[in-house]
Amino acid sequence: MKPLTIIVACVVLAMGLMGAAAGGLNGQVFGTWVAALLTLAIFSFLYKDNPVYKLAEHIFIGVSAGYVVCLEYWNVFIPNLWNPLVSGQSYILIVPFALGLMLFTRFSPRASWLSRWAIAAMVGSYAGFAVIGALQGDLIAQVRASMIPLYSADAVASMSLARTANEYVFAFLGILQNPLTIIGLITTLIYFFFSREHKGSLGVASRIGIFFLMISFGASFGYTVMSRVSLLIGRLHFLLSDWLGIIQ
Amino acid sequence: MKTEVPVAIAFIAGMLMIVSLFSPHPIFAEPAAVMRNWAIIITAFAYVLGVANIARISAGTVRTRGRDWHYKIVLLASLGVMLGIGLSGGIQAGSPFDWGYINVMVPMQATMFSLLAFFIASAAYRAFRARSVEATLLLVTAVIVMLGRVPVGEGLWNGLPAFTEWIMEVPNMAAKRGIMIGAALGAISTGLKMILGLERSYLGSDK
Amino acid sequence: MSASGDKTVDKGGIVHRLSQVDRRVLYVIVLACAMVPLIIGAQVRLSVSPPVKGLYDAVEALPPGSYVYLAADYDPGSLPELYPMNIAFVEHLFSKDVKIIAASLWAPGPPLSQRVFEDIAPRYGKTYGEDYVNLGFKEGREAVMVSVAEDLRATFPEDYFGTPYGDIPMLEGIENLTDVRLIVNVSAGYPGIKEWVQQVATRFPVPIGGGVTAVSGPEMYPYIQSGQLVGLLAGMKGAGEYEQLIEKPGLGLAGMAAQSSVHVAVIVFIILANVFYFIDRRKRS
Repeated sequence: MKPLTIIVACVVLAMGLMGAAAGGLNGQVFGTWVAALLTLAIFSFLYKDNPVYKLAEHIFIGVSAGYVVCLEYWNVFIPNLWNPLVSGQSYILIVPFALGLMLFTRFSPRASWLSRWAIAAMVGSYAGFAVIGALQGDLIAQVRASMIPLYSADAVASMSLARTANEYVFAFLGILQNPLTIIGLITTLIYFFFSREHKGSLGVASRIGIFFLMISFGASFGYTVMSRVSLLIGRLHFLLSDWLGIIQ
Repeated sequence: MKTEVPVAIAFIAGMLMIVSLFSPHPIFAEPAAVMRNWAIIITAFAYVLGVANIARISAGTVRTRGRDWHYKIVLLASLGVMLGIGLSGGIQAGSPFDWGYINVMVPMQATMFSLLAFFIASAAYRAFRARSVEATLLLVTAVIVMLGRVPVGEGLWNGLPAFTEWIMEVPNMAAKRGIMIGAALGAISTGLKMILGLERSYLGSDK
Repeated sequence: MSASGDKTVDKGGIVHRLSQVDRRVLYVIVLACAMVPLIIGAQVRLSVSPPVKGLYDAVEALPPGSYVYLAADYDPGSLPELYPMNIAFVEHLFSKDVKIIAASLWAPGPPLSQRVFEDIAPRYGKTYGEDYVNLGFKEGREAVMVSVAEDLRATFPEDYFGTPYGDIPMLEGIENLTDVRLIVNVSAGYPGIKEWVQQVATRFPVPIGGGVTAVSGPEMYPYIQSGQLVGLLAGMKGAGEYEQLIEKPGLGLAGMAAQSSVHVAVIVFIILANVFYFIDRRKRS
């Protein structure tokens, strides 16, 4: 390990011990200090990749992996498999138990073909779910919801009720709502039809579809920025509130 | 045995799920419920397999003194500690396992994701150029949405939040629905190919 | 600067240097824009969007004593966006005397749910096992969703604390999701609200609503328009809007001033970057 790593690790440890001392070895305060130092260790990556960040990253991977196994053990293995099996409620559970153990044959080149049985059971089940979900949740329901009239009498009526500039604008947008929804849907689907070259009227429709796609990607980008910024605000709130106590 | 049995298992599992949707008759519904429980159990084993693989690869790196091998020791030690306290002491609130979750895993995971805020701001400055009509449309929409979703936008024009909502409900919704329908058709066809044994890539190589 | 002292070349040099500024300068600007509003405690008022109002109205319509299934399908990575939503939903449901059955398809979900309950329940005099229950985590994604919809007891034979299903008073008579009035899903990704809609919304007569991270927000609008979702919160702003509606300001509203200023910073970055790009392009042509 590089000397720099050892120095940094000692500094971090010293800060952690100072925090523990400050909290009178109180579990919660010590925990807050640990959380804060690990947070700063991850943030140090913004300056550049460094040993402190790498240390924190590897601790995170180890802890996360251990966490998942413990959760699976206590929440699935024990209540859904072990207890019913050993109590005699359902001896047939020996089958998924065996299939689950067969997954570990993947570590042996000679016996790895046995893991295919378990994988096939999972893949078959989830392929079935995917077919059902895509069919009824996405395809049929969405096509049904797209059967809307081009002309909406309510939207046109709202135009005559408008008084302010804003109301006129939104009444007009309301009239455009149904036709644009239908045109946008059809032209987007046409864009994804690659069996014919996008020329002539197909090309024009495809180009309109691209414009709708660009608007949706722009909206997605805006929401993505919002999401990432929220995550940063959350961490800063923890550091400023729970750790340093600067804000409520 | 190596190919035919798994394909048959996938067919039976998949068809049970699909048929149980169309027929609530116990002859289909009960085996489907059993199959669902089995899928839950086998998936749990798959997660443990993934973790075992991480441990195996990390241990191999330590043994051969590979790249960053000393960090792999830290990884294995963290994994071991978490497994030890979780499997022996339980996972209930107030346990050492829970302390590790709240004070080690939670802050680091949240911080990892929060780094993205900086990266997206940097990308906005260095990479997002209006080089074409399409890119301009994308950027203009992004700016409108970013402004419209915060109070600053409402300060500029009191109709901006409603206009942003209209963008989400009309052009965005239309395009997303088109993508959704296309993806659904693809998912149905791929799912059926897997169930019928026409798609066998999930079985891996025959070697 | 050229030999003739042409200022255009000098301006282009400055423009080019500005367009290549070290990314760490940008990071500092973003950090400052996020920290300053948090430190000064700036407060904002939000306009409420129709999807948020839709979910609020659906919860408002629930009669006292009815049951809601709260699916907390998220992890610490989405804490700032989804934890305020979780809190706001529980506050609203408890204020309506609705009983909550919580469970999760994400391993880190149950402890987060439990923290919310332990913070909020005492304020409303709610008791574990009588007014709310945490069934814990179950691996299996869509399989668990359908399994829960058909047989809750078989899917969760015990709760998060190991108490058998049959020993929990409020679960007497609750066999599956058709016994609940609403499914509220706090969703960070897969498996989440999309899968709940695909697997449950059309097959079982239970309305679904919930909250997602802002990243997933735009792709949920087709489900809102089709009626498969009764309402939706997207991101920290959605959480803030809901907090405003239930008049319980929390972490969602608290972060919106900082959110505003960082958004403005990113927009300025985009505008500046494109101004520099066009100046540079014009100079080169």
